[in-house]
Amino acid sequence: MTTLVDRHNAAQSRRTEPDVAAQRAEAWRRRAPLLPALIFTIIVTQVPFLVTIWYSLRSWNLLRPDGDTFVGLSNYADIFADSTFRGAALNSVLITVACVLFSMLIGIGLALLLDRPFRGRGVARTLLITPFLIMPVAGSMIWAVSMLNPTYGLVNWTIGLVGIDPVDWTSTYPVLSILMALVWQWTPFMMLLVLAGLQAQPKDVLEAAQVDGAGWGRTFTWITLPHLRRYIELGVLLGAIYVVNTFDQIYLMTAGGPGTASANLPFYIYQRAFLGFDIGQAAAMGVVVVIATIIVATFALRLIFRSFEQKD
Amino acid sequence: MTSTAQTLNPPAGTNRPAATHRKDRGSGIGGGLLTTLTWVLSIAFFFPVLWMAMTAFKNENQAASNPPTWFFTPTLDQFRAVIDAGAGTFFANSLIATGVSTLLVVLLAVPAAYALAIRPVAKTSDVLFFFMSTKMLPVVAVIMPIYVIAGQLHVLDNIWTLVVLYTAMNLPIAVWMMRSFFQEIPGEVLEAASMDGAGLMRTMRSVLMPMVAPGLAATALICVIFAWNEFFFALNLTASRAATVPIFITSTMTSEGLFLARLSAASLLASLPVIIAGWVAQKQLVRGLSMGAIK
Repeated sequence: MTTLVDRHNAAQSRRTEPDVAAQRAEAWRRRAPLLPALIFTIIVTQVPFLVTIWYSLRSWNLLRPDGDTFVGLSNYADIFADSTFRGAALNSVLITVACVLFSMLIGIGLALLLDRPFRGRGVARTLLITPFLIMPVAGSMIWAVSMLNPTYGLVNWTIGLVGIDPVDWTSTYPVLSILMALVWQWTPFMMLLVLAGLQAQPKDVLEAAQVDGAGWGRTFTWITLPHLRRYIELGVLLGAIYVVNTFDQIYLMTAGGPGTASANLPFYIYQRAFLGFDIGQAAAMGVVVVIATIIVATFALRLIFRSFEQKD
Repeated sequence: MTSTAQTLNPPAGTNRPAATHRKDRGSGIGGGLLTTLTWVLSIAFFFPVLWMAMTAFKNENQAASNPPTWFFTPTLDQFRAVIDAGAGTFFANSLIATGVSTLLVVLLAVPAAYALAIRPVAKTSDVLFFFMSTKMLPVVAVIMPIYVIAGQLHVLDNIWTLVVLYTAMNLPIAVWMMRSFFQEIPGEVLEAASMDGAGLMRTMRSVLMPMVAPGLAATALICVIFAWNEFFFALNLTASRAATVPIFITSTMTSEGLFLARLSAASLLASLPVIIAGWVAQKQLVRGLSMGAIK
């Protein structure tokens, strides 16, 4: 950015009289518009998290009236010995990575198809974005009942046409069923981002490549893909932020089952807190998840910000 | 690269005419096949929604038939049943939670984005980093304290609790998006305004706001989508009085008897406002979402 920031800074440095009070006032004038949003965010998101840390150090089960004693780190020790927690963590990673990866790959494919001129392109795009607009609760129910129901679901009817026996999808392949609903919902989001990237491509570069005799494949690999990188990164980042918190689909399609086979961390923590009333344990899990998220997110955000700076 | 040129030429929206350099691929057999493939995939992705809409007009036996019922006489019975079951209260709650939280997000995010984009404070990227990192904070990690605190303040099952939480939920993404839109404004415009002696409020009202209005609409739409669709907070923090539309959908499921047609009718009604808004504003939606990638 050389526009506003630099010009402003240049104007600032031209001022020679070191009027400290005026500078301080200026600093506050700049900061003031930011403060309401910042203070609101800190109160609503950070304060509860501090309380979560406090809960995580206590043995507090709402079902046991004698509870609520300070137990130090023993909740954390219990978590790492808890194989269900490990399973849920693994499911969280699996669901997030698979959903973001497949949504992005299919999204890129669809965006490339939509970037061609053809009659009714607007209608096709409208149809394609609709799954992203559907209420996730409704989307989960469509998949769990209309599509994947073992007796009258459309998927079983379709595979029956080619002679495959009906499958009880949500019990036999719970994670796959959840992924179907998730990928269906997130592909349009990725497609929209990539499509925006494709349509912002400088045309002269593509024309030059064509003049130089580069085929579609080489143009795509060497020009389009590097140009799309930032759009793909943004899609992966935003997608991952939302998908890692997936709750609706799991709650409604499989309830984490059978057993805990398809529970991810948000669902397992919810179970421990609101069905098991084990506040201490659930809080400790929440803290572990946050720490893990911060580690992953720091790397991801740094990556994105670094590419911002490079571009600037 | 000079970013002045970049800011003066906002990234091409989706309304750019089809790229001429590839027009030759639009015709011929290969092009025809690709077009056919595009349509097949578009319809495949849309089909579950279409099926939900069809099921909403069936009776329960047609909805749960095997083989599926493709042709039937449509009935409005399910919609009547849904409305009789008290859908109105749930919709009113969702309307308050979505509308008020989006308004609050806009009121908080616009000044913050202005501070971050037009007259950057020190450590701008740290502040942005902080906002985005709160978005990554898993909601499950804060739900218990929120539940307990809300209980002590006697605001469980209260729609204003959801308003506050949805505001916090959407604020980071709104700040992020609005900052990008503010950065698109050429510096000359601001200089001209300040030379004319326009104060901050006046510059904001009569120069900046008209220029970021489309971006503001896109931001608000994103907030509306996420707030209207939110389920987790609503599930845990509301009971009968403040329950929102997603809760209503789950309440149409019964353990006995068939419920698919009624469920579909409720799902259709619940999704329709956002679907229509998204269809109408898809260009703004694309632009809003991709802003973060450009700037």
